[in-house]
Amino acid sequence: MKGAFQKEKFGKTLTTVLFTALSVIYVFPVLMVVINSFKKNTFVKTDTFGIPNGESHAGFDNFINGMTFGGYPFSKSVIYSIVITILGTILILLFTSMAAWYISRVDSLACRIVYYGCVFSMVVPFQMVMFTLSKTADTLKLNTPWTIPVIYLGFGAGLAVFMFVGFVKGIPLDIEEAAAIDGCNPFRTYFSVVLPMMKPTMISVAILEIMWIWNDYLLPYLVLDRTEYRTIPIHIQYLKGSYGTVDLGATMALILLSIIPVIIFYLTCQKHIIKGVAAGAVKG
Amino acid sequence: MKRSHDSAAVNSDMIRKPIQRWAPLFLVPMVASFLIGFVWPFCHGLFLSFCKFKTTSNWEWVGISNYEKALADQSFMYSFGFTAVFAIVSLVLINVFAFAVAYALTQKIKGANLFRTVFFMPNLIGGIVLGYIWSMIFDGFLGYYQTSILMDKEWGFWGLIILTCWQQIGYMMIIYIAGLQAVPEDMLEAAKIDGANGWQTLFKVTIPNVMPSITICTFLSLTNGFKLFDQNLALTNGYPFVINPDGTAVRTTEMLALNIYNTFYGQNTASRGVAQAKAVLFFILVATLAIAQLTATRKKEVQQ
Repeated sequence: MKGAFQKEKFGKTLTTVLFTALSVIYVFPVLMVVINSFKKNTFVKTDTFGIPNGESHAGFDNFINGMTFGGYPFSKSVIYSIVITILGTILILLFTSMAAWYISRVDSLACRIVYYGCVFSMVVPFQMVMFTLSKTADTLKLNTPWTIPVIYLGFGAGLAVFMFVGFVKGIPLDIEEAAAIDGCNPFRTYFSVVLPMMKPTMISVAILEIMWIWNDYLLPYLVLDRTEYRTIPIHIQYLKGSYGTVDLGATMALILLSIIPVIIFYLTCQKHIIKGVAAGAVKG
Repeated sequence: MKRSHDSAAVNSDMIRKPIQRWAPLFLVPMVASFLIGFVWPFCHGLFLSFCKFKTTSNWEWVGISNYEKALADQSFMYSFGFTAVFAIVSLVLINVFAFAVAYALTQKIKGANLFRTVFFMPNLIGGIVLGYIWSMIFDGFLGYYQTSILMDKEWGFWGLIILTCWQQIGYMMIIYIAGLQAVPEDMLEAAKIDGANGWQTLFKVTIPNVMPSITICTFLSLTNGFKLFDQNLALTNGYPFVINPDGTAVRTTEMLALNIYNTFYGQNTASRGVAQAKAVLFFILVATLAIAQLTATRKKEVQQ
């Protein structure tokens, strides 16, 4: 019995060692971004894995040059990305949760049609609607960072409504009845009684939407007026995809700047993020 | 039973009717955006797949000829084959590794939380950025041999596989961990008492219990594989190209979504009808996979 116990303990130590090695491999690409963002352009290609030395070290030049690289200020991209992500997420959280409550409580034929429409929209790939959607957005002037959140609300409603309806169905009616007896109108009932109860699902949906909108490339690329508005992924695609010489050092510096906030966000909200992902796994 | 009947009655009088009066605030904003952002573009796209058009306002009905052209398009068929092989290979690798990692991490090993954090991290980074990070790394290696990932189809394929695995193993791992933690403790104990060894417990107790997670993850990685776009665009963008004798080019690492995109926004604006038809076929493919998943999950639920 003691032998078996020791064998098991040995196995666990071995697993830990193995996983430590695997973790190093996992972090390696990000580490490479950090290293290469401090390298002069030509050395990124010829000496990708070397530590910057006297000859190849570029200091913070890449970060400074990268700011205005590609004839477009990087700071603008950051601002647009933040504006679109925050507005889009707030819009989705607010209106899909309200709609989900309405759908579950009223439960009329129209509600069911809307609900199944939302479920259906989850299985439609973006390529199916991309051409017509970008034309519609253009016509309705939804092609600026301040109006594109409406498009995100429309195209992203499916999963959010699905998740909220799933949650609202589990809330006992007694609480809302009590609120109604106390003279609350639906507006107050929703905002002071139902909404606070939905907090866990709100967080899960928020996480999924933030991850989607912040990293989304094709939708804003097709919808926004590209000469004026570029989000971070669009900007980076422009830098790398444009013809002519590409300043790899500066590109890596910008990539590093764009993933630092993401990593901070991840490390601070890790528990919620992992829970949100597990909850959203139903998405096909 | 009586209680629920009562509450339904109260529901209709006290809750249902008052809410209905608030429909303009509660339902209309979401439905209006849904119509603009999904329903109308979807129906319009479906209609235009039967038309010849360069812009949405200037169309001419051509029936199913776009679909015939799409199915006769060599590059589309090629990208379908490439994508299917990619989706299956990535499905197998992602799920085997994700399950193994999740299984090991639920065995109470030291540092499990830290490992979980590290393995999930790539999911937070967007596809375009991931593509460029890996393109730098692959080209760094291949640079020693004076070549690049854009030069060989095989490298492009395996590059995409490595990138996808790196990104998605952590995601699937999270779903598997949730499934593994739900396996009843007493069942595992009973197996131990009955003298089952580790492998027997794994195959006879653990795996049957996490079947729902396995179904979700296999289908998720399959549809993700078919829908891959950003990573494909950033890592290979279809390179290398092979020029046919008739002058047409086959982009040897171009996947379905990128093929549709290039047909829409390429040089030849006359092919937009064909592109829309391809998009409809693509939608049917993805939707079929999703329905198959739903049926499979339901079946498993009934069996349990």
